[in-house]
Amino acid sequence: MNHVWIILIGALVGSSCSMLGCFLVLRKMSMIGDAISHSVLPGIVIAFLISGSRDSLVMMFGAAAIGLVTVFLIQMFQNSGVQSDASIGVVFTALFAVGVVLISLYTRQVDLDLDCVLYGEIAYAPWDTLHVGGHSIGPKAVWGVGASFLLNVLVISLFFKQFKISTFDPALAAALGIPVVFFHYLLMGLVSISTVASFESVGAILVVGMIIVPAATAYLLTDKLSTMIVISVLLSIISSVLGYYIAFLLDASIGGTMVVVAGVLFLIALFFSPKGVRHHVKFSHGA
Amino acid sequence: MTDPLTVKNLTVAYQKSPVLKDISFRVPEGKLIGIIGPNGAGKSTLIKAILELIPSITGEVEIFGDSYKNTRKRVGYVPQRESVDWDFPTDALDVVMMGRYGHLGWFKRPDKKDKAYALKCLQQVGMSQYANRQISQLSGGQQQRVFLARALAQDAELYFMDEPFVGVDAATEKAIITLLMKLKEQGKTVLVVHHDLNTVKEYFDWIMLLNVNLIGIGPTEELFTKEFLQKTYGGSLAMLDANSSPIIVSPR
Repeated sequence: MNHVWIILIGALVGSSCSMLGCFLVLRKMSMIGDAISHSVLPGIVIAFLISGSRDSLVMMFGAAAIGLVTVFLIQMFQNSGVQSDASIGVVFTALFAVGVVLISLYTRQVDLDLDCVLYGEIAYAPWDTLHVGGHSIGPKAVWGVGASFLLNVLVISLFFKQFKISTFDPALAAALGIPVVFFHYLLMGLVSISTVASFESVGAILVVGMIIVPAATAYLLTDKLSTMIVISVLLSIISSVLGYYIAFLLDASIGGTMVVVAGVLFLIALFFSPKGVRHHVKFSHGA
Repeated sequence: MTDPLTVKNLTVAYQKSPVLKDISFRVPEGKLIGIIGPNGAGKSTLIKAILELIPSITGEVEIFGDSYKNTRKRVGYVPQRESVDWDFPTDALDVVMMGRYGHLGWFKRPDKKDKAYALKCLQQVGMSQYANRQISQLSGGQQQRVFLARALAQDAELYFMDEPFVGVDAATEKAIITLLMKLKEQGKTVLVVHHDLNTVKEYFDWIMLLNVNLIGIGPTEELFTKEFLQKTYGGSLAMLDANSSPIIVSPR
């Protein structure tokens, strides 16, 4: 049964991250996903210090708030003349460092292992179960990650056309009266929540892999946005299943192996897809 | 009958240096208007400020006598072609459908009627056979036609077009201008940012001369003169023949 739980958690993490990743990749904001996944660390620690538990909603929304602060700070630095990649680098490394310092300061009071936060430890997740009225209703991670997955599905399917047009042509979207900035922060909020929900299973660093890699692979395989999202979700599920069994055989880190599999799938797509390296001749766009 | 567009004392600045200074003008209905001026004159900025895509410091804009917020559905916009990523995973028809989004509201999805409408718009720009073509597989001229079809799908009465003739082939240029003339005949008002001074007389019945300040706006025959053009372009304009069409010798 634990095999099933672990694979289910991995698949839910992958699915919820990769569907958001599609929009990040298309907005050329992959590095913002990276930034958010790191800078939520102080949010995780602070919320943990306040609530004393690892699974509270408080923690999720605390970290989501820090994620939005990250995006806001990056934007603010850019607007005041800092290069965009430099402002991303400054904001997320500084916030991440605050998180590292906080963990080292309170390491005796809190049961929060830096290695676990960074790299995740999905193997123990099945034993940490949720109880309702004395009955176990499955691992907490399944409920947490599952909730963030459902939230992403709900928000993206409700506002698919808004996300699509504000990604493809923000100027027209704004001219049509679509609140482009609101949808930008909504997307970033979802990225933050998904990151926090996923950090226990694949870790804060590897979650970036699940956000970007399946989406980048799917981009090579289709010419349609909705198909790209479906493919990226399927790829992330395949990565989780294969990754789990390979990690089991090799006795390696499960989260790490899942992302390695996603990377290998990307390479295969790069070499064999119609858009990949073998067929990269394209019409130029002219002036 | 209120004018389609009235602008009063519009000033826009980037990082404190003014890009548009105290612009005021009125545009009557059913005119095809070329917005003309050198690089950095604020031509695109004017359109973006009118459509509230960038903030303005002062000024009032009225569209059909009301604020843009209330008249969005009556306004169509064609951004510069290079402003979007043509590698985006979508096809021509889907891009044109985006023109319908303004009529759909928050939750409604485009339906069969919107699809049929979008196909009709593609047909008007001679692109119906490319409806299901991935947009990165289209030539520059074809991409521009898709953008134009999308503006048609907005079903507007006042159109703003940012450099629709840049980087397109001769056939596309002809197709676009024919379409713009048709829009004008239907009583629609079209403002076009334009660079090629050689075609101004042939294309536009009104022109707006812009160089941070508004130099003039009115019928082409009155404003398209050596005097006004030199006032607009300053030293960068060289007339090869003062009596016929002027030609800009320096790069745009």
